[in-house]
Amino acid sequence: MSVTGFLTDSTLCIGCKACEVACKEWNQISDDGLMWSGHSYDNTLAFGAETWRHVKFVESTPIPGLGGNSPESVAWSFSSDVCKHCEKAGCLEACPTGAIVRTEFGGVFIQPDICNGCAYCVVTCPFGVVDRNERDGRAFKCTFCYDRQHAGLEPACAKACPTKSIQFGELESLRRAADQRLNELEARGVQDAHIYDPRDTSIEGTHSIFIVRADPVAYNLPPAPEVPTVYLRRGWTAAAVAAGMLLAGTVLAFLGGQQ
Amino acid sequence: MMNHIRSENQLDRGRPISEGRLMEIRREGESRVQRVPGADSISAGLSARADAESGYYGLPLLKPPRWKWEVPAYLFTGGAAGASAVIAAMARLSGTDPLLARDAQHLATAGALVSPILLSSDLGRPTRFLNMLRVFKPQSPMSVGTWILTGFSASSTAVSVLDLRSNHSRAGDKGLAIVQHATLGFAALMGLGLSTYTGVLIGATAIPVWHENVGMLPYHFGASALGSAVGLLELAGHQASKPLGLLGIGAACAETVAGARIEIKSDRALKPLKSGKSGWLTRLGGLLSGPVPLVLRLLAGRRSSSNNQKLRRIAAASCVAGAVLTRAAWISAGSASTKDAAVSLGLANRSSK
Repeated sequence: MSVTGFLTDSTLCIGCKACEVACKEWNQISDDGLMWSGHSYDNTLAFGAETWRHVKFVESTPIPGLGGNSPESVAWSFSSDVCKHCEKAGCLEACPTGAIVRTEFGGVFIQPDICNGCAYCVVTCPFGVVDRNERDGRAFKCTFCYDRQHAGLEPACAKACPTKSIQFGELESLRRAADQRLNELEARGVQDAHIYDPRDTSIEGTHSIFIVRADPVAYNLPPAPEVPTVYLRRGWTAAAVAAGMLLAGTVLAFLGGQQ
Repeated sequence: MMNHIRSENQLDRGRPISEGRLMEIRREGESRVQRVPGADSISAGLSARADAESGYYGLPLLKPPRWKWEVPAYLFTGGAAGASAVIAAMARLSGTDPLLARDAQHLATAGALVSPILLSSDLGRPTRFLNMLRVFKPQSPMSVGTWILTGFSASSTAVSVLDLRSNHSRAGDKGLAIVQHATLGFAALMGLGLSTYTGVLIGATAIPVWHENVGMLPYHFGASALGSAVGLLELAGHQASKPLGLLGIGAACAETVAGARIEIKSDRALKPLKSGKSGWLTRLGGLLSGPVPLVLRLLAGRRSSSNNQKLRRIAAASCVAGAVLTRAAWISAGSASTKDAAVSLGLANRSSK
């Protein structure tokens, strides 16, 4: 089976949240409760153990001359966020039970029958995706619809998306499609579109690529996400030296304390 | 085009709708809105923005640690037990203070029994704690730590059991003595790992305040572990022991340096260690485990008069309290760190450049 991915194109997203609903319906996860955030139409706010797709609503001052907007109006762009399924995934590296695995489709999957809810993946995800469900006890995140992919179906969110803002397919062809789309947008005068696919950091790329307008930071997409294993060398070196000092100190104290 | 529309049924008759008017409506709304206590963290204000400067409405990118009180408690018990096993081994090998060797071993074994219980009870599915032992992953500090703790618990308990046995068997049983010494050495080795690996455990994560200190945390936690083991043993009646006095001074020195380093470094990522609830916890924990016991121990000096012993007991209590607070402070600082989206998005560095 080929390596698959998501291409989420925010220039096509209409903010309908059908992906959020489809995800919840297919995976049978409960609602997030009803509350008004005051942040545009985003009342989902963040990923969670029971929120695996999250449509972001970014209100910004438009560039004059694009799409007939005047600077006095608000430009509204939407982007459906999802687990990045990193090439080097912090959660997968950190999982002490081996519950988190890479599937044959290239996605990162938490096996619910293995996970014991230690919550270490929660603090090792550089995108704030994974969370522990305090009622259930285990950690959850987007499964990349592993079950549907097994049956040859596309993930529920991509299936439900009415504008093809969420595209699913073979990763490399999606990368080519993203480049093509960017050229197309530029030709139409959309100069501020960017592809978000951080391949030059330690996570070595993702399986969820995004096309967003303006700075990806406005969508809480970090410019330089790092897999926490990059800190291991410094940490273990310090631990070894600290342990050596502790041992030497104790030996010296007992030698010195004898007199 | 919108700003030229004037309609009869518009709420705001006669005034064009514009971005300026929208902001006015928002400000008006904000002045009227009744604030629910605690809601500010979710809704940072109706006029928060999503842009290159503030990120996505300033909402946190990262998730806070979901660990409950058991994990900071384990950082304390595991550390104290680990350092205590090292003390027990040295005291026994030097042969000077058999009582100290016995009590240090008791402390190590007590910690070895309590720690796995604390860790398991924090699991979302405690009955699945054995799943940790189905793999060994060197790239996961949690996995390495689980094996260190398992090795420590088994060997430290074995030392105590063998001690009970040797009390009943005749002296000069050579085979038993060899096994005893090997187990004792192994427990001390695991103890060294147990008192320092927790620095790597929280250091190798996505949380800025933790990974920014990954090179310092193992020293800090190791010193804290030693301080608390010394403190607990002194409180258990070893306030006249010279080796413990020296170790106490060493630990307090290291903790003073660790505290000073945190205060000196000015980095936005280190803010949770200096302000807010976690900042106060860090400073109080730092004072109680660094400067306070250091001064008291130096005042007590090397003579063991009853007055000096009293000073050392106060220093010991301060050390133990400081170690507990320090562990709680670091977990709490990790939580606070995830709320600062500007740091996790790299905006703090961007603006300073």
